[in-house]
Amino acid sequence: MTEKLVIIGNGMAPGRMLEHLLEAAPDRYSVTIFNAEPRVNYDRIMLSPVLSGEKAFEEIVIHGDGWYIKHGITLYKGHRIVAVDREAKTVTSDHGVTESYDRLVIATGSVPFIIPVPGKDLPGVLTYRDLDDVEAMLLAAQSRAKAVVIGGGLLGLEAAAGLKERGMDVTVLHVMPTLMERQLDPAAGYLLQKAVEARGIKVMTKANTKAIFGNGKVEGIELMDGTIIPATLVVMAVGIRPSIVLAKEAGLEVNRGIVVNDRMETSDPAIMALGECAEVGGHVYGLVAPLYEMARVAAARLTDGEDKRFAHSDTPTKLKVTGIDLYSLGDFADGDDREEIILRDASAGIYKRVVLQDNRIIGTVLFGETADGAWFNDLKKKATDISEMRDTLIFGQAFQGGASSDPLAAVAALADDAEICGCNGVCKSKITGAITSKGLTGLDDVRAHTKASASCGSCTGLVEQLLKLTLGEAYNPAAVQPMCSCTSLGHDDVRRLIKAKGLKSIPAVMQELEWKTSCGCAKCRPALNYYLVCDWPDQYADDYQSRFINERVHANIQKDGTYSVVPRMWGGVTNSNELRAIADVVDKFRIPAVKVTGGQRIDMLGIRKEDLPAVWADLGKAGFVSGHAYAKGLRTVKTCVGSDWCRFGTQDSTGLGIRIEKFMWGSWTPAKVKMAVSGCPRNCAEATCKDVGVVCVDSGFEIHFAGAAGLDIKGTEVLGLVKTEDEALEVVVALVQMYREQARYLERIYKWAKRIGTAEIKRQILDDVEKRKAYFDRFVFSQKFAQVDPWSERVSGKDKHEFRPMASVGFAEAAE
Amino acid sequence: MNWIAIGSLSDIPRRGARCVATPQGKIAVFRTADDQVFAIDDHCPHKGGPLSQGIVHGAAVTCPLHNWVISLETGKALGADEGSVRTIPVKVEGEQLFIALEALASKAA
Repeated sequence: MTEKLVIIGNGMAPGRMLEHLLEAAPDRYSVTIFNAEPRVNYDRIMLSPVLSGEKAFEEIVIHGDGWYIKHGITLYKGHRIVAVDREAKTVTSDHGVTESYDRLVIATGSVPFIIPVPGKDLPGVLTYRDLDDVEAMLLAAQSRAKAVVIGGGLLGLEAAAGLKERGMDVTVLHVMPTLMERQLDPAAGYLLQKAVEARGIKVMTKANTKAIFGNGKVEGIELMDGTIIPATLVVMAVGIRPSIVLAKEAGLEVNRGIVVNDRMETSDPAIMALGECAEVGGHVYGLVAPLYEMARVAAARLTDGEDKRFAHSDTPTKLKVTGIDLYSLGDFADGDDREEIILRDASAGIYKRVVLQDNRIIGTVLFGETADGAWFNDLKKKATDISEMRDTLIFGQAFQGGASSDPLAAVAALADDAEICGCNGVCKSKITGAITSKGLTGLDDVRAHTKASASCGSCTGLVEQLLKLTLGEAYNPAAVQPMCSCTSLGHDDVRRLIKAKGLKSIPAVMQELEWKTSCGCAKCRPALNYYLVCDWPDQYADDYQSRFINERVHANIQKDGTYSVVPRMWGGVTNSNELRAIADVVDKFRIPAVKVTGGQRIDMLGIRKEDLPAVWADLGKAGFVSGHAYAKGLRTVKTCVGSDWCRFGTQDSTGLGIRIEKFMWGSWTPAKVKMAVSGCPRNCAEATCKDVGVVCVDSGFEIHFAGAAGLDIKGTEVLGLVKTEDEALEVVVALVQMYREQARYLERIYKWAKRIGTAEIKRQILDDVEKRKAYFDRFVFSQKFAQVDPWSERVSGKDKHEFRPMASVGFAEAAE
Repeated sequence: MNWIAIGSLSDIPRRGARCVATPQGKIAVFRTADDQVFAIDDHCPHKGGPLSQGIVHGAAVTCPLHNWVISLETGKALGADEGSVRTIPVKVEGEQLFIALEALASKAA
């Protein structure tokens, strides 16, 4: 029987533990997770790049919804566990869900420390812990007003840099004389302060907060010395505390954290704890590397695998602020029995300090030039006697043993077991081994196979050098990702060259752009076919053999080789005649399943390929055309009943939806396009998670775009408000045409928009009226050739061979 | 070898396939861009997808269900995937196409 494993918390540590667990014993446990945050597992240490705008949330998701589905894991999002009954072995969430367990893992993480000053509860006072905090900060940053960050540590500085990047006027308050005093010595702290100030962030050290004041919301901060600093946003980033309340209430042994042994077991043998909430050997941890080590140990314990024990080790600290290179490791305090070697280069802003005890490295601080961090770390870990290279030690690895100063040589000289990725504990030989044995060619490959550089990314440079070292000339980091292995050109180059060189057939593209294969592959051919259809609507003859089967036979292939058929129902509106015709077709062809789709259509599933033309013929007689449910093209426009029926409707949303659908059906797009029109902001048609959506309001039509509700979930961006239905149609059409002309094949609107930037799309579609008109006109022109119902074409005999076997052999005469 | 006529070359579109029905299941007959003809079971070694419905490129086909690439010459999966599908001898005489019957019989036995 499978045992029940319940996990409280869905952060990086339990996420990693599950990965190990699923690898070692995928079927042993039925897993249930309760996550107080209403979302999936994401890379919390990458929140700073999200805050600064260098990354989007989707890019830092570790396990998307699909992962939980694939592994049969039940995830309760937004459920905080409020009680653990160790007697009955159950946990209960704040929404009243009770789940029993055989094994329980507590991974409640930590809570930000709030300084107990007056005004700490005012609106506008935030902490920096999760995505909600980041979103609240981003909202506050829109005002471009003044922000104060309390805390000059790692988190505080990253928050400050992010808010500055977002246009705020930022002041950092730090209670100690120098920044990051726990990780940096005063000299490096000084350099860091200069670097931070150079970005326009004000830094005040020895600053003691007395009170936060404001009437109903934050207006400023008062310091002990009487200084007043105006601010509309205050971020407290002064430290974290392990979240132990639940464990304490359950009667488990707690100290600073939940006390566990070196196998992550709490005082109750059925309960384990790991992550920031756990205390092992008197230490609690906040950096990811030891937490991942805990995950390895816990997974081994859960699977009764190898007897792994957690051992304390120093973890390097790095700051994730682009342009500030900083590395700190181990113990760097002065002492009588200690020596130090220091290198300073004032003009270059470089400071390096290595602390020695008995000729062995015990601590390192690097600022401005951190490439040798991994090497120093390795020497420290192995307690290497450095007396031989003492004179040149500080210059780094490249200067040892007369080796050249080539940075590649430095990486080459690293020992095989030297740690490259501290977050994920990946050593050099694991990376080079994977590159060779799995034929990896790029950074993304290495990340996928080894996880090196997949967390905080600060070892990316080292990983790239390993790629260069292992692959030699074959590795070109600057190169764009090629479309496929048939070419070295990326999608954007191919699209540009098709236009520039006037290439109008697939063979022409392959010849002129020097394709490496004679007739392409299943990746590039459909892409090229789309680009040519889009760019030369009146001149290019669609190549059916380069289309995926669904588009070739206008139906969706199912797992058993049968097809599903979806007729178009304009705007999701139907009538008794249509329904009767569908019912008749279902009976006549004994269609085994009929299902209403998410896009307000009716899907008939399990139709044999041979029957497709006859099914279409019958549907066609009732006035149906193809619903294009199979197409990288316009799929559906969902609507609500709008002002016709709804007491809240502000406009005729049904009418507009039908109008858009009738205008745009048949068009091919880089990836599927789903739309919706809602009649009021209650948004019953769910327009705000569509590729393009319209939300009607009293004053007109709000145009939305770049939503997603599949593997990724993303609310739309607002393009703008227009007054009339005609304008709404023109904007929607122009937007889709811009997407058609620019996006890469299979790239949904939200991904394209992220790449191009919302501002640029607004500029071209909303602000530049002539451009919008030109896009609109090009779409209208291409529709002349696209709006042909493929079903009726097929019924009238086009490519009939497709649906019949060419011969039947080996059957007895009567059997046929 | 007992050759059975199944039709002519022009019955199959270039870079395409047609099926031949047999009591033991469908056989997919492929025609490449340079008019080579291959026949393999219409059954992907991965999850049984109908290979005849895939995109044909070079002397290979990509399965429509999960994108396995199968060599038409050897019937073996290419790339990282492992598995193979039965190949059936094909003969082209002028325009006429034939497949070998023994293969069918041996499978039935």
